Amino acid sequence: MQLIFEKSRPGREGFKLPEIDIPIASDMPAKYCREQPASLPEVSELDVVRHFSNLSRLNFSVDTNFYPLGSCTMKYNPKFTEKVASLEGFSDLHPLLPQLLGGGMLAQGSLEVLYNIEKLLSEITGMSAFTTQPLAGAHGELTGVMLIAAYHKHNGEQRKHVIIPDSAHGTNPASAAIAGYKVVVIPTDKDGFLDLQAYKKALNQETAAVMLTCPDTLGLFNPKIKEIADLAHGVGALMYYDGANLNAILGKCRPGDIGFDVMHINLHKTFATPHGGGGPGAGPVGVCEKLVDFLPISRVIRRADGTFALDYRKHKSIGYIAPFYGNFGVILKAYAYILSLGKSGLVEASENAVLSANYCLERLKNYYAPAYGKSCMHECVLSAEKQLEQGVHALDIAKYLIDRGFHPPTIYFPMIVKEAMMVEPTETESKETLDAFIEAMIEAAVLAQTNPEVLHQAPLSMPIKRLDETKAAREPNLRWQSK
Amino acid sequence: MNYIPHTELEKKEMLKSIGVSGVDELFKHIPKELRPRSFNIPEGKSEFEVIEYLKLLSRKNATNLTNFVGGGFYDHYIPAAVDALAGRSEFYTAYTPYQPECSQGWLQAIYEYQTVICELTGLDVSNASLYDGGTALYEAAMMAVRLTGRKKIIVDSGVNLIYRTMLYAYTSNLSIEFIETPVVHGQACREDIYKHLDDQTAAVIVQNPNFFGAVDDFSDIVQQVHKYGALAIASVYPVSLGMLKPPAEMGMDIATGEGQSLGIPLSFGGPYLGFIAVKKEHMRQLPGRIVGATVDKDDKRGFVLTLQAREQHIRRERATSNICSNEALCALRALIYTSLLGKAGFQKLAKLNYQKAEFAKSALDKVSGVKVKRSAPTFNEFTVCLPKNADEVVCRMINKGFACGFPLGRFYKGLDNYLLVTVTEKRTKEEILQFANSLEAALCS
Repeated sequence: MQLIFEKSRPGREGFKLPEIDIPIASDMPAKYCREQPASLPEVSELDVVRHFSNLSRLNFSVDTNFYPLGSCTMKYNPKFTEKVASLEGFSDLHPLLPQLLGGGMLAQGSLEVLYNIEKLLSEITGMSAFTTQPLAGAHGELTGVMLIAAYHKHNGEQRKHVIIPDSAHGTNPASAAIAGYKVVVIPTDKDGFLDLQAYKKALNQETAAVMLTCPDTLGLFNPKIKEIADLAHGVGALMYYDGANLNAILGKCRPGDIGFDVMHINLHKTFATPHGGGGPGAGPVGVCEKLVDFLPISRVIRRADGTFALDYRKHKSIGYIAPFYGNFGVILKAYAYILSLGKSGLVEASENAVLSANYCLERLKNYYAPAYGKSCMHECVLSAEKQLEQGVHALDIAKYLIDRGFHPPTIYFPMIVKEAMMVEPTETESKETLDAFIEAMIEAAVLAQTNPEVLHQAPLSMPIKRLDETKAAREPNLRWQSK
Repeated sequence: MNYIPHTELEKKEMLKSIGVSGVDELFKHIPKELRPRSFNIPEGKSEFEVIEYLKLLSRKNATNLTNFVGGGFYDHYIPAAVDALAGRSEFYTAYTPYQPECSQGWLQAIYEYQTVICELTGLDVSNASLYDGGTALYEAAMMAVRLTGRKKIIVDSGVNLIYRTMLYAYTSNLSIEFIETPVVHGQACREDIYKHLDDQTAAVIVQNPNFFGAVDDFSDIVQQVHKYGALAIASVYPVSLGMLKPPAEMGMDIATGEGQSLGIPLSFGGPYLGFIAVKKEHMRQLPGRIVGATVDKDDKRGFVLTLQAREQHIRRERATSNICSNEALCALRALIYTSLLGKAGFQKLAKLNYQKAEFAKSALDKVSGVKVKRSAPTFNEFTVCLPKNADEVVCRMINKGFACGFPLGRFYKGLDNYLLVTVTEKRTKEEILQFANSLEAALCS
């Protein structure tokens, strides 16, 4: 498709602004002005509407395709939450209003939403308090590690490293590193769990924290999780819970009860807010009692008279990590979702997510080697190692699935699994959708034996075929330029 | 409502296929002692009930005030087509375009967005978005630290206090030294910046227009900064770039900013859009996703995520940033917004903002006791000195139906009587005149 810039015609306009109805003042002095206007497109409103309508149709999305992208929880995003977020009383509210004298009363509705969701998230996870400020999961991780650093510093301790399993999301080591910690990587044992011997060896008085995903990125719940937490606490380290996989355990166990001290939740995963083509997400962070005073400024509090206010007292706070109160529009959608599902709905979501994942694993395990074990939680990790003997890679299977109308699973993650394919079906997909996907996966396995060339050529049904990614990286073309 | 399609019969079939008798068996790995001590969540409600409840809450917010508050976050009009197009669920229910063949719509849109950011700032390379203007500035500062191997950063105090405090929070364990230089007569104090600038300096950070609304040309500062091998970073307000000198024309190495003003609702602080653009030689230090153009097997143009060796999912603890999810949908809104406004419209928008603010200045000048600060030119935001404490005046003006500005004393010591007033294209002549009249009354009472 042509770029919007290539559709540009000199002199064409797409939007009418109000006329100037006031006396004209003298112009901005020239030394402060740009020499040339920015070369934005010159297109009509219909040009824009058609361009983006047609672009949208080139995407696979949850609303159009099964999207079992492991670790991303691509569940259905209920439509009514969009309506809620677009209510003008929420969408038009300026974030500085409650910071004016007497301005708190101008934002009571939004402050109540923040207060209430913090309480709900605390109860769901067993943590003492939450901040809604982190703007994405990785941002939550960074906030969490900063909280951990502030806690140790407050106790007069200079701890140097964070322990992270080799199966972790890349964001874990990246977050720990940019917060100033050295990362110590622990291997995974033959059962897919944190290698306890290596863990014990690495754990010492210099360990600031242990960052774990539970269930882990292999889709497994580590039955020794409590022992791992106790060992960390024994040397004064804190336990960080990566909430990426929270959708597996709602009402079944709570990170706070296990002994995790800090955690983040990806609202866009477990609590069904749209992923927006890469974002916005939201990554609220929950903490245990001893870390509450370190949470970012500001905190929403409830006064004795039932009104809500922002608390800007510093306590031992790590300070400002976001400009305001978080991705409010996203938080609002998650709040509406939680109210809609309620206690039973949340438990059923996890139960059915786990049921669907195990169903996929069971029906596919004879065709693709399960990475570890015979059962899983909300996602299963399969390997295309067998197919590799025929020269077929996980990538080829992924591309074939595109031709069959399915968004591929996450591939090549976790990195410790050869030719990994991580399938997360979620609870909102019907059995017939799962069956159709399973059939397509089985056909790919059969084709790997009988006619691997079909897989190597895929996809053929898309507007483009496989792209030259090496060329993209070697000769970066990162913006359009007029010829 | 739980949105689960499985019937009881289907559940039984699935359980049978797995070879377990019930769902509980699937959770047997979770030890009994780790089961929830409590899970006290109210039962679910119908869609209708939830919407009615949230409508009720939304009405507890006062969005009917005539708004003259900005401070980095602006009340601009959003064309209906932005909502309609960004509201297409083929966009908003997709995720990061890891699989390019079935994500060309998103990838092309991001490539176009990157082009818009390069056009506005004049710089060579943009990424696919960051969380907000504050985290974008932090990422820029970290880029400068990595590129120079130095740890001292000079920050002009005209940079939004919210962003400065974010910078300090993020780097509190990294032994980076920040030096704040004062604003004199509304603009960055050259003398003070040069006093601190040396061969240990990683970067100098400025903002245009600054928090007081003052416009500057930092070309002279950039020249000095480069003499010491440091980088120049500007945080900019994108709508102002319809008129003002772009960062690249001043020689800036990195430009960042808050993209909220480009078609994104205020929404009580988010989701917003952080943008970042850099000179080509720095592109491999950029954080976050980047989309590039390439060709497929048939030599047909297509788009992919590229230069991924910088990123956390490949490089882990050695990545340039930890960012994974970004603000793609907000970037799409900015792209649609700037496409609708277009080359001429975007200039007109800037002019309208500038002229309305100048008109408001003249109206407020006539209010007795009020002094409009005119030491430097401004874009759509300016500072006035009131004869009374600005906090109290703001409080009184709320009762008259105006969010009349941001009291500068909240962010700057000794400026308790100063008010930051913002006038966007949405404010009509009548509203501006009523604002002046009401202010007169508020100051008398």
